[in-house]
Amino acid sequence: MKKIIIFGSFALALCGLIYSQVNISGEIHKTGEKPKIAVPDLRGVGDAQRLMATFNSTLSSELNNSGQLNIVPKTSYPLQIPQQPADFRPHASGQNQGTWLADWSGPPVNANYLAFGYTAVQNNQLVLYGWLYDVAQANTTSAQLIGKVYIGSLDEAGARKVAQDFAADILKQFGAVSLIGTRIYFVSDRTGHKEIWSMNYDGSDQKQFTSYRTITSFPAVSPDGAKIAFTTFPLLASSRASADKLRSSIAEPRENLGQPQIYMHSLETGRKLVYYNQQASMNAASDFMPDSRHLLIYSSAGGGYSVYMTDLDGGSIRRITHSGSIEVEPKANPKTGADIVFVSDRGGLPQIYRMNIDGTDVARLTTGEGEAVNPSWSPDGQHIAFAWTRGFEPGNYNIFVMDVATRDVVQLTHGAGRNENPVWAPDGVHLVFSSKRGRATEIYTMLANGTGVQQLTTQGNNEKPVWSRATQ
Amino acid sequence: MTERERSHTYKFGAIVLALTLSMITAGCSKKTPPPPPPPPPAPTVAPTAPSARATINSFTAEPSTIERGQSSTLAWSIGNATDMSISQGVGAVQSQGQRQVFPTATTTYTLTANGPGGSDSRSVTVSVGTPPPPPPPPPTGPRLSSSDILQQQSQDAYFDYDKSDLRSDARDALTRDAGLLKQIFGQDPNFTVVVEGHCDERGSAEYNLALGDRRASAAKELLVQLGVPADRLKTISYGKERPQCTEANEECWQKNRRAHLSPGQ
Repeated sequence: MKKIIIFGSFALALCGLIYSQVNISGEIHKTGEKPKIAVPDLRGVGDAQRLMATFNSTLSSELNNSGQLNIVPKTSYPLQIPQQPADFRPHASGQNQGTWLADWSGPPVNANYLAFGYTAVQNNQLVLYGWLYDVAQANTTSAQLIGKVYIGSLDEAGARKVAQDFAADILKQFGAVSLIGTRIYFVSDRTGHKEIWSMNYDGSDQKQFTSYRTITSFPAVSPDGAKIAFTTFPLLASSRASADKLRSSIAEPRENLGQPQIYMHSLETGRKLVYYNQQASMNAASDFMPDSRHLLIYSSAGGGYSVYMTDLDGGSIRRITHSGSIEVEPKANPKTGADIVFVSDRGGLPQIYRMNIDGTDVARLTTGEGEAVNPSWSPDGQHIAFAWTRGFEPGNYNIFVMDVATRDVVQLTHGAGRNENPVWAPDGVHLVFSSKRGRATEIYTMLANGTGVQQLTTQGNNEKPVWSRATQ
Repeated sequence: MTERERSHTYKFGAIVLALTLSMITAGCSKKTPPPPPPPPPAPTVAPTAPSARATINSFTAEPSTIERGQSSTLAWSIGNATDMSISQGVGAVQSQGQRQVFPTATTTYTLTANGPGGSDSRSVTVSVGTPPPPPPPPPTGPRLSSSDILQQQSQDAYFDYDKSDLRSDARDALTRDAGLLKQIFGQDPNFTVVVEGHCDERGSAEYNLALGDRRASAAKELLVQLGVPADRLKTISYGKERPQCTEANEECWQKNRRAHLSPGQ
C-alpha cells in the first residue's frame, strides 16, 4: 500500500515532467532544459560480456537519438559503478565513490537520472537486469522508476533488442513515444520503377511493398496503421507486352500509362482494396483523417485542382475547395481533425494555407516569399513542418517548422542539398525527410531542432517518406 | 487401178517367169554348171508415176521456253508426204497445221513425214522452267505508321516556369501539330493521341502533377479550337516524373516544361 502511494506521488511528479517536456518540445530551441541522464556502460557475466559493446552503443544511441534527454558525458562519472540496487550504500559525504545516489546527483555529474544494471546468460538466453533511478531521491526505494528483467537471444540481435526495450521503457518515463516498431513508408526507384517501400525507423529491414512496375508515389498511411493509400499511373493492359520488351532500355521507357489514380491497400494483408476514383484526368491521394475512415485527396474532377474528402472506398465525395487554382497536399490536423493545411497557388507561387474542414476561413500561413510546399502536422497539432525556397533559388528547398498559432518559423536545414517532404515521427520530436545532397535523393531523419541528421537509405533514389504512427 | 499398182503387177509377173525358167533349167541339165541367177530386175520407175521425196518445210515451237502450266504452239508445214506424225503422243497430223502442247518438263517433239519419194524428220524442243518468285512491288516510297509520323513530325509546346499559358512559340508549334493531326486522323480513323503535360524538377512533385495537367489541357484546348476532334485527344500529366533531360540547368529545365504528343492506344 505504501508503495502504491509512493508510486502515485512519483506519477504526479512525472506528470509535471511530461508537461514541461511538451513545452520544451514546443519550444524547440530550449534544449538545455532536457532531463540529464547518466548511462554508464553495463557489463555482462561470462559469455554475455562479448555482446556488451553492441548493447551499450545501442542503448546510448537510442536514448540520445530520442531527443528527449541529455546524456551526461561518461568522463564525469564516479569510479565505482553500481550494477544492482544492493550496490548502493550511504557513505560519508564528499567521498563521491559512486555507490550512493548523491554521487550521481551532485557535481561533477549533476544528473537527474541514472540507468544501470548488468547482463547474464541464463537458459542460453541473454538476460538484462535493468534499473532506472531518480537520483534526487533520499533512498533507493523511492528512487526506483524501473526495475525489470529483459530477455533476448544470445547474439548481436538479442543484445540490440534488450537495449532497445530498456531504452523504450526509459523514454516512456519521460512521456516520449518510442519509435521502435514504427515503420517509415517511402518511394524508391531502386528496381527501375517507382514503388512503395517500408523500413524501420533507423533504416533497417527495407522491404518492397508494391510491384506495379510503373510510377507509384505519394503514400499516405492511416493513423490506425491498417491501410495505405497512394497514387499510381496504371500500366494499361495492352501495353504490358511492349513494356516488358522495353524494360532493358530504361533510358526512355515508352509504356502507355493511364492517368494518375488513387489506390488503396491493406497493410495487414498487402492486398489492393476497392477504391472508386473520380472521372478525372488526375486523382491523387494525400492524407487520412484522424478517424482513419476518410481520405483527403486532390483531383481535377470538378475543373481546377481542388481538395476533396472521400470514404475509404472513394464514395461520399465532398468538395472542400472551390478556387479554381491549384490546391494540393491537404493534410488534416491529427489532434482535432477540424482544420486542414494545404498548398495553393491562388496568390501566385505555391504557398501554404490553412482552412476549416468545411473549406471556410482560408488563411495563408507562409509569407508569400518563394515557394512553400509539403506541409505536415506535428502529432500535437500545433506545428507544421514544410519545405520552403525562401531565400534560395526555385527548387532549392529547406525544411522549416512553424508554430501554427503564432506563425513563427524555425529553419532546420540551411542549403545542404534540396530538402523536401518533412514528416513528423509519432514521437513529435523527429522528422523524416528527403534530401538530394549528392547525385541521388535519399531519406534522412533528424530532430525537430535540425540536429542529429541520420541517412537511412543508400540504394537508388528514395523520396516521399511518411511515418506510420501505429506499430506493425 | 492406179499406175503405181499396175507397175507392181508387171514387176511381179516378170519375177515369176524368171523363177519358173530357172527351176526347169536346174532340173533338166545337171552336167553343165548353172549360170548365176540373173540379177533381180532393177526397179524401174514408171514414167507415168510421180516419185518426189517428202519434205518438212518448217516445224517450230512458239514459244520455245515456257513456265510449267503454260502452253507452247507447235506449227509445221510438210510437202510430198503420205503420212506424218509427231512424237510425244501428239500423233498423226495433216501436212500443215498447229497444235498447242502443255509439257510439264522440257520435251523434244519430233515430226516425221513419209512420202513415196522418201521421208524427212525434224525436231523442236520446248524448255520448261519453274516459275521465279514474284517481282518486288513497284517502289512507292516507305509507308510510315501514324505513330511514326506523329513521333517524327509533331512539335512540343514549351512553357515558362510555373506557367501553363501558351507562349507564341507554343501556339506556332501547336498550330503545325493541328494540321498534322487532322492529316493523320483523316488517313487513320482509329488513331488517337495523348497530350502529355510535363514539368521541370524544381516545383514539388505534388504541385507539378496539377501543373502538368494544366499544361496538357491548355495544349489540347488550342488543338480543338484549331479543328482537331476532341474525342481523339486524351490528356495525361506526368508532373515531373518523366523528364526528358536530367541536368540541373535552364536549358534542360526548358526542355522538360512542355506539352508533348504521343500515340494513344
